[in-house]
Amino acid sequence: MTMEMVLSSLLVLTIGAVACLFSGGCAKRASGLGVAVSVAGALLAVWPAVGVLWTGRSVALRLPWQVPFGSFHIAVDPLAALFIVMISLVSALAAIYGMGYLEACANRKHLGVTWCFFNLLQASMLLIVLSRNGLLFVMAWEGMSLTSFFLVMFEHEKQAVRDAGWTYLTAAHLGAACLLALFVLLGGTDGSLDFDRLAAPSGPLMAGILFVLAVLGFGAKAGFVPLHVWLPEAHPAAPSHVSAVMSGVMIETGIYGLVRITLLLGPPPLWWGWALLIIGATSGILGVLYALAQHDLKRLLAYSSVENIGIVCMALGLWLLGVAARKPELAALGLMGGLLHLCNHAIFKSLLFLGAGAVKHGAHTLAIDRLGGLQKKMPHTALAFLIGAAAICGFPPLNGFVGELFIYMGAFGAVTHAAGNGTLAVAGMIALLALSVIGALAAACFTKVYGIVFSGAPRSANALGAAEPPRSMRHPMTVLAGLCLLLGIGAPIGAALVSPVAAQLLGESAAVAAIVSVRPWLVALSLGGGFIAALTALLAVLRRRLHHGRSIARGPTWDCGYVAPTARMQYTASSFAWPIIDMMRWMIRPRVEACVDHGYFPRQAYLATHSADFFRQRLFVPLFRAVATVSNSLHWLQQGRNQLYVLYIAVTVLVLLVLKVR
Amino acid sequence: MTLTASILHWLAAVLLAPLLVGVINRTKAFFGGRRGQPFLQVYHDLFKLMGKGAVYSQTATWIFRFGPMLGLAVVLTALAIVPAGGLRALFVFPGDFVFLAYTLGLMRFFTVLAALDTGSAFEGMGASREMQFALLAEPVLFAGLAVLAAGSGQLSLSGIYNQLWSAGMRPEGAPVLLVALTLLMVLLAENARIPVDDPATHLELTMIHEVMVLDHCGVDLAFIQYGAALKLWLFAALVTGLAIPLRTGQPMVDLVVTIAGIFITAVVVGIVESTMARLRLVRVPQMLVASLALSLAAFFWILR
Repeated sequence: MTMEMVLSSLLVLTIGAVACLFSGGCAKRASGLGVAVSVAGALLAVWPAVGVLWTGRSVALRLPWQVPFGSFHIAVDPLAALFIVMISLVSALAAIYGMGYLEACANRKHLGVTWCFFNLLQASMLLIVLSRNGLLFVMAWEGMSLTSFFLVMFEHEKQAVRDAGWTYLTAAHLGAACLLALFVLLGGTDGSLDFDRLAAPSGPLMAGILFVLAVLGFGAKAGFVPLHVWLPEAHPAAPSHVSAVMSGVMIETGIYGLVRITLLLGPPPLWWGWALLIIGATSGILGVLYALAQHDLKRLLAYSSVENIGIVCMALGLWLLGVAARKPELAALGLMGGLLHLCNHAIFKSLLFLGAGAVKHGAHTLAIDRLGGLQKKMPHTALAFLIGAAAICGFPPLNGFVGELFIYMGAFGAVTHAAGNGTLAVAGMIALLALSVIGALAAACFTKVYGIVFSGAPRSANALGAAEPPRSMRHPMTVLAGLCLLLGIGAPIGAALVSPVAAQLLGESAAVAAIVSVRPWLVALSLGGGFIAALTALLAVLRRRLHHGRSIARGPTWDCGYVAPTARMQYTASSFAWPIIDMMRWMIRPRVEACVDHGYFPRQAYLATHSADFFRQRLFVPLFRAVATVSNSLHWLQQGRNQLYVLYIAVTVLVLLVLKVR
Repeated sequence: MTLTASILHWLAAVLLAPLLVGVINRTKAFFGGRRGQPFLQVYHDLFKLMGKGAVYSQTATWIFRFGPMLGLAVVLTALAIVPAGGLRALFVFPGDFVFLAYTLGLMRFFTVLAALDTGSAFEGMGASREMQFALLAEPVLFAGLAVLAAGSGQLSLSGIYNQLWSAGMRPEGAPVLLVALTLLMVLLAENARIPVDDPATHLELTMIHEVMVLDHCGVDLAFIQYGAALKLWLFAALVTGLAIPLRTGQPMVDLVVTIAGIFITAVVVGIVESTMARLRLVRVPQMLVASLALSLAAFFWILR
């Protein structure tokens, strides 16, 4: 039954996608169909996935497929099921939201095409986590890259969007090239690429090469620094509901791939764990620092995804360290923490992107310093965004804290129980220092976003005229914000979601031991959160009673007695972030442009700060320039004459023949 | 008996925390050659504020009113996690110190948002600096906790404080005292004391914490000031538990000793405030990074 439902979900999504193309240019029909297909596909996929998570038993299906090395081998195990739930949930909610969001473009765009790609993206993400054959996996991976590329290119008439799209496509294919190499090297001797028939790598060197290829290939999708450069370009360019899917779940398939392939490579040596830990810490800290420095809301959120993927990567590093050093508790806490943080990130990051879309929809700008006071204009969006912001900073009693606490406990455990194992203690120390720095920077970043965008007074006419989005856009945000609260106050629920995966990956006994050890503090978290909520309510009642019969007046902001401020005199996002950016200038190298008039009667002054991505400017731009130079020098090979190309093919075939016959 | 002592510690904090501020003020007055305000002045101030009405900015929203309430609720919850010396706290679970640090972060998050909610440039400035110093103080706190966890083999705050000095002075004593020193610096930074922040300056531009609450008045301000006093108690209890290696096994004796220690910590804070000038803003990071280096030194000492 399980596989039938999963297959029908894929089928519904694919056929529905094609049907969207034939909606005849009617925007309403296209949107309605696209949303219906997405939701139906999600429901069909979630049901069996929840079943697998509940029972912990995997189900597989293998169909013959007339492609060399290929077989249609798909399976749902707890790891895949967890991702199916995330993908389906976020895609369906984003689709519902997208209906209202795309309405504004209904008369300039053929929405059928967008919905076709959206449904295909959902299908290909599902196929990635389902597939158990290298070829099928790579095809689904490619499908995901291409469909998301076309979705990013939605507003392709803009130069900036086209640039972003090309950057994304290049990054995706460089990653895919690594994956191709990986699967070619992994290929079994009997010519099968089925995951369960792959031969283990021949030696530690081979395994190491394969691991590096996997980190590069999947890291390019997930956004490990310095392979993250496409994220801050592509996410702002895409429509917001697409950014929500891309940032919430699509990049997380990179983590899925990394975990899945690492499992195939045999017992991990210690250095794999170290590599992931260091990559994760670097991505986390640099990601959030760049996020803090951004002036565009969606760009900021994209960098924050780099940060969260970094946290997950660090947790996976602890997992591998724990496996390599035979510390099952560390392994379990790292793995469960990483996966739980991934789930939480899917929820709050898509919530924040949907919130950013609502801001764009209402105020027609995403420049943080031109917004302000949206709390009053769009209270519903503001509240949902606030919950998402507090959750992404990892504050209890919201879901972000639960995942981070697992990782913290893994790190503290490594420090505490590392008797005679100084390496693990140092690893634990690095992890928890990085986590605490990331936590504090994230708090700075999101107080900046919420405080400047939603609080204070409107800084521009755009912000002044902002309005709440339609109901179909508000409800998905409500659901996601509710999930942030549910998984935070109900901390044991999240653990129950990931514990079957831990049981699958670590073995039943280790996982059970870990779950038993975490249960008391999960319950305590719920208690603590409840206690804070109850005390706050109590204080609210007290405050109301104390205010009873007293005068409650409204006036201008005190501002040290200055009574005629304008909205432009408020603190800006750039100024808010500057002390930290300035302190960390050796890491992210901000550029300051200033023009100060020093006369007695200064006329005009000007100050701007930019934090261009160091890796893009200093690493990839020169690299691709060099590639372009080399390609230009080979231009004589490409003449544009068909006869010549036929000759090339003939020569190639001949050479191959000779090689084979010899 | 132990439970009674734990409850008594929480109650003592709730009742005596404002007195702690009074002790600091009197110490500073003593060094300044003044007689200073009465010890109970802070209580008078709080009661006066509780009886007042309020003026709210037209710019502000519900967040401005929610911040003080949440802050007080958070710090009251956090106090239940903090042990008095070697005594078990009311609320103990593995990882409770992470919960403690992050709930205090939640309090800061809403204080900062409430400040930005007024749209005042002064408050924005304070909020920005608050986040900067929090960034520096947080790793120091966690590094210190890691040293303590490694030294005691425990993963809850009560367990750590109970185990640390249970066998009297141990070889780990020196790194623990180093951590006590770094936690004292965190105390100064987190509670807006000199040399990081000056709560008594006459210029809003130079303040950090106080400037963020410029617009609050009446009951809200009372909540904030009371919450600040409780937070001071919380950190003073953390420092005292490390600095005083006395574990008699008699809960009531331990409790009295700890409370006395907390007041001694307040006197120390007063002495630091009287003998030092406020550091320039650019110097504060150096101080906190130095304390991070100290806790890392303690860490490697204990690993050795």
